[in-house]
Amino acid sequence: MTDDLNDLKQALNAATPDADPATKAAHLALAQKNFDDLQGSRDGARPISSRPNRGFWTGARKMLNSLTSRAALTATTAVVAVGFVMLTPMGNGLLHPPKPMRTEPGVVSAPEPVELARDESPKSDGLASGLTQERTREPASDLADARSQGKVENEADAVSGLAAPAEQAFSTMAEQIIEPPMALPYEGDSEAYANEAANPLQITAESPVSTFSIDVDTASYSVIRNSLMNGQMPNPDAVRIEEMINYFPYDYPAPVGAAFQPTVSVSTTPWNPDTRLVHIGIQGAMPDMENRPPLNLVFLIDTSGSMNQPNKLPLLKQSFRLLLGQLRPLDQVSIVTYAGSAGQVLAPTNASERGTILNALEQLQSGGSTAGQAGLQQAYAAAAAMTEEGEVTRVILATDGDFNVGISDPEALKAYIADKRDSGTYLSVLGFGRGNLDDATMQALAQNGNGQAAYIDTLAEAQKVLVDQLTGALFPIADDVKIQVEFNPAQIAEYRLIGYETRALRREDFNNDAVDAGDIGAGHTVTALYEVTPVGSPAQLSTPLRYQPAETADTGDELGFLALRYKAPGASTSRLIEVPIMADMAPLPDAGFATAIAGFGQLLRGSDYVTNWSYQDAIALANRTKGDDPYGYRAEAIQLMRLAASLSEN
Amino acid sequence: MDASDTDLAMAAAGGDVAAFSTLMSRCYDTLYRLAFRLTGSQHEAEDLTQDICAALPAKLQAYRGEAQFTTWLYRVAVNAAHDRRRRAATHMRAATGWGDWEQNRQAANSEAAEQVNWLNRAMGHLPDDLRDTLALVLDDMTHREAGGILGVSEGTVSWRISEARKHLRILREKEDQI
Repeated sequence: MTDDLNDLKQALNAATPDADPATKAAHLALAQKNFDDLQGSRDGARPISSRPNRGFWTGARKMLNSLTSRAALTATTAVVAVGFVMLTPMGNGLLHPPKPMRTEPGVVSAPEPVELARDESPKSDGLASGLTQERTREPASDLADARSQGKVENEADAVSGLAAPAEQAFSTMAEQIIEPPMALPYEGDSEAYANEAANPLQITAESPVSTFSIDVDTASYSVIRNSLMNGQMPNPDAVRIEEMINYFPYDYPAPVGAAFQPTVSVSTTPWNPDTRLVHIGIQGAMPDMENRPPLNLVFLIDTSGSMNQPNKLPLLKQSFRLLLGQLRPLDQVSIVTYAGSAGQVLAPTNASERGTILNALEQLQSGGSTAGQAGLQQAYAAAAAMTEEGEVTRVILATDGDFNVGISDPEALKAYIADKRDSGTYLSVLGFGRGNLDDATMQALAQNGNGQAAYIDTLAEAQKVLVDQLTGALFPIADDVKIQVEFNPAQIAEYRLIGYETRALRREDFNNDAVDAGDIGAGHTVTALYEVTPVGSPAQLSTPLRYQPAETADTGDELGFLALRYKAPGASTSRLIEVPIMADMAPLPDAGFATAIAGFGQLLRGSDYVTNWSYQDAIALANRTKGDDPYGYRAEAIQLMRLAASLSEN
Repeated sequence: MDASDTDLAMAAAGGDVAAFSTLMSRCYDTLYRLAFRLTGSQHEAEDLTQDICAALPAKLQAYRGEAQFTTWLYRVAVNAAHDRRRRAATHMRAATGWGDWEQNRQAANSEAAEQVNWLNRAMGHLPDDLRDTLALVLDDMTHREAGGILGVSEGTVSWRISEARKHLRILREKEDQI
């Protein structure tokens, strides 16, 4: 009988991990800070350490002073009491330790000496003597002013005699994170991915129309990169091919006078010689950035305990510092935290006051009471206060997966964000750290907030998202962009949309302006690929129906018809762009690399449609089509393909 | 120097910074270990410990030394764990009205939780009250002390432990059959 219990006990002892030193230091610092805050109100009343050396008269005068300001009613009693204190040996002892007395009839109405007596009672004297020698009693307000993160941590260390200074603990942690044990899988953690089964092959005669919303998110690519860099094949569910393709900027024809320009091309499919690829490239206009409207940014930052890792809060701080360098003097920044020390940390501040902003950012720490959770409302309130006519306002939520932002009902949260979106404040989500990353919620929030979801795992990624592509991420040029393609059954027997599984729309939603869809920011490029099987191609997988001859409308050589709807930012009615898809459309200049990435993504997902084509082929194609690659993104992708090739052989 | 935790706590309750600091560094590991046993995951344990650390200074002001400090601390920890569970349950209920993604996410979360070893399954399958009791008793508490922390009688603790044993035996039998 007891065996089970003993086994359990042993197992428990073995399984209980040691407290993480950095987390421990932060928690202790937090406890210390709250303790100090709590003492603030009585610090002034407490005796200073020189107290016992003070002369007899000082003490008596002080008491008299404090007594005279009390209610007159007690004065008579007090005077008698003072007399008692001054004249009796016992009272004398009260002002001259070492014989302190806890309760004295004379000091009942004088709070300060009471405090004195209590603090110098033998209890605290005896036990704290070795510890309190170096203690300085700064007034609480000074302490609070001077308190920077480092200081609090160091203070906590110094006072408690904790092992290593927090900074040192941090750098040790950082080393561990940079080279994590290869065998440590993430699968056991609570990561959740938003994905659907890969888009199936569609038979044109049965369902000729394909409708989806565009997507400019890139989070999936970063998650894949992080997995591969850690020596693991990514979870197939983490692979969203459209996000991999759209991670890269492409050199598509720039729009002239319009918000964006769709371009279509048709080329051969590298992984199947008998099918064709229809490549839809959309290039967003680059507005005149010299005269861009002022930008209002509210950072809504998760400060829950789990953010206390080098690749989370510290990386976040560095990232935002990079972003700050991109802002103009008229732009405004505000910082709100949640899940830890809740509340507005930085009131709306002009970007020109760089020092103030940096200082507020620097002082962020994971910790604080968990009480204030109304972070989201507060962030939007700050955003509303900052917005003026013609300005662009955005809330940027940064988290490692704790979405306890103040509204616990997800439906209400979604509605809230959508409502704010309609009133002009958009929401972007930045994910940090692995292990608890809630990809699904991230996607849902960003989609509802008309924003971008990006996953920041390195400073280089922060550079890309927050600096190189800042304008696209923050300045919307077209809202609710939907794509609908109708294929011509006379030309195309089967088709398949590559990626965009989570972005599928119903056919009737295309013309319904009330249905939300993705947005394009300034200078964004969006790519969508269809693999199509021409009629009569040996690659056709389905057998034509015997009793239903294919309808042939007289449309000549058109493979299909592309329709695209979008709204100008803030507008409620959509505009329509239509382009026929012809078989002889010239390949887009950058189509090759997008194709290589699409193939790579399908390999990672284990697609049934990409056979006889390997990572080596993807590498060869990507190398051939790499082009200029000014930021080195593409070279990195090729490196990832190599990693995947090696890992998949194990 | 070797003041007892209870003395330190009394001094800290009176506003002694150094005493509080010493006390926290002494009891942090114990606290974290208990948090881990109450929650069963490192991530949860860290968040729970943070909750407690944040709230402890205020709570400590009410500490009058009636109980051993450790006993008192454990009671605070168990209550904080209850609070967290209650919040999680509210969140879970609210989530039923949410789209597929939230439900899928939670399903995936609970699946992941089930993948761990016998230990976590054994603890995880116990009802909350048995689990709390077991976490304390396996931390070398007597039944009487555990009863004091949980606010139940010693007899109830003993009964809960025997119930927990039954659960474990059934689980063990099931596994042996596989």
